[in-house]
Amino acid sequence: MPSLMQFRAELHVHTVVSPCAEVEMIPPLIIQQAIENHIDLIAITDHNSTANAGAVMKAAEGTGLTVLPGMELQTVEEVHSLCIFETLEKALEFQKVVDLALPSLKNSPEHFGEQFVVDETGEFIRREERLLIVSTNLTLTKAWLTVNAIGGLFIPAHVDRKAFGLIENLGFVPQDIHLSAVEISRHLNSRFAVNKYPQLKGFTLIKGGDAHRLDELTGANQFMVESRSVDEIKLALLHESERKVVIID
Amino acid sequence: MNLKEIIDNLHLEPVTVPRNFAEITPTCGYTSDLLSCVMSGAAHQSIWVTLQAHINIVAVATLLDLSAIIITEDAKPDEATIAKANEEGINIFLSKEPTFTVVGKLWEMGLRCQ
Repeated sequence: MPSLMQFRAELHVHTVVSPCAEVEMIPPLIIQQAIENHIDLIAITDHNSTANAGAVMKAAEGTGLTVLPGMELQTVEEVHSLCIFETLEKALEFQKVVDLALPSLKNSPEHFGEQFVVDETGEFIRREERLLIVSTNLTLTKAWLTVNAIGGLFIPAHVDRKAFGLIENLGFVPQDIHLSAVEISRHLNSRFAVNKYPQLKGFTLIKGGDAHRLDELTGANQFMVESRSVDEIKLALLHESERKVVIID
Repeated sequence: MNLKEIIDNLHLEPVTVPRNFAEITPTCGYTSDLLSCVMSGAAHQSIWVTLQAHINIVAVATLLDLSAIIITEDAKPDEATIAKANEEGINIFLSKEPTFTVVGKLWEMGLRCQ
């Protein structure tokens, strides 16, 4: 019998490198708000970028909050998926693949917003010059295979949303990828999700805050696992070895 | 008008197994890249024009019994998609032109939805 513990997780958090995030989304404020909201683990998932993940991890050192590095990838089908890793090294390995798959378009801050790379205190380091909110040329299948090969979590994001959601763009979950979970947006009550979207029947659901502002750090996922790691989260999403995840709507 | 005339007129490249396209008569057209919209909006026997090349397009075409899918802007379906389309008997054609042009040409040829 494993000794299991409960923790609360928010697996979808943006920082100021996402052009659509508020300027308050800097490492110390994200950490402070997550702790105030009794969240134990967050994943940093900026659009096609891991640039600020390391800074948030550093800012969380000694606080008791676990920070996993990741990104919200946009595949060629215009579908968003969370790609979450155990270590920064693994996240950066994935970033290399994404860098090659991003079109060389320059961000236009007046149209899309600023893309700031910051340090652990939130101090400005540089602007990310490439446009991040754009489709990479990675297919959903290729992205899923690549994230799996690096040992990460691959979770299609806000599948119920009209923009960049899997159901709207692809109609239903493709059969050639095997998902441990899909994310529903914070606006959808998980109890009604399958009723509204029968395509989701049989999939483990998690709920994402898709936090672009501090007050969107909801932490609606209660995990029952042995430790706060990607492998344990995977087991919980698959409901294996008594691990589990429950959504608190 | 039949599928063969459309293929010749629009210089479409077939990527699925050839069949007697002159025997297939599309009765309507539809365009969208959002598969959920296609599922609820496209009429049976339609020609569907899209730049979405994901494997799910085959299931949607099968579900609606579409005459053909034209994938535009030089987007390429992968081998699994083509294999699935052949298995399901779905006709897929490629065009280098943008969707706007392809749909315009279909309209010019007289394709309408009854």
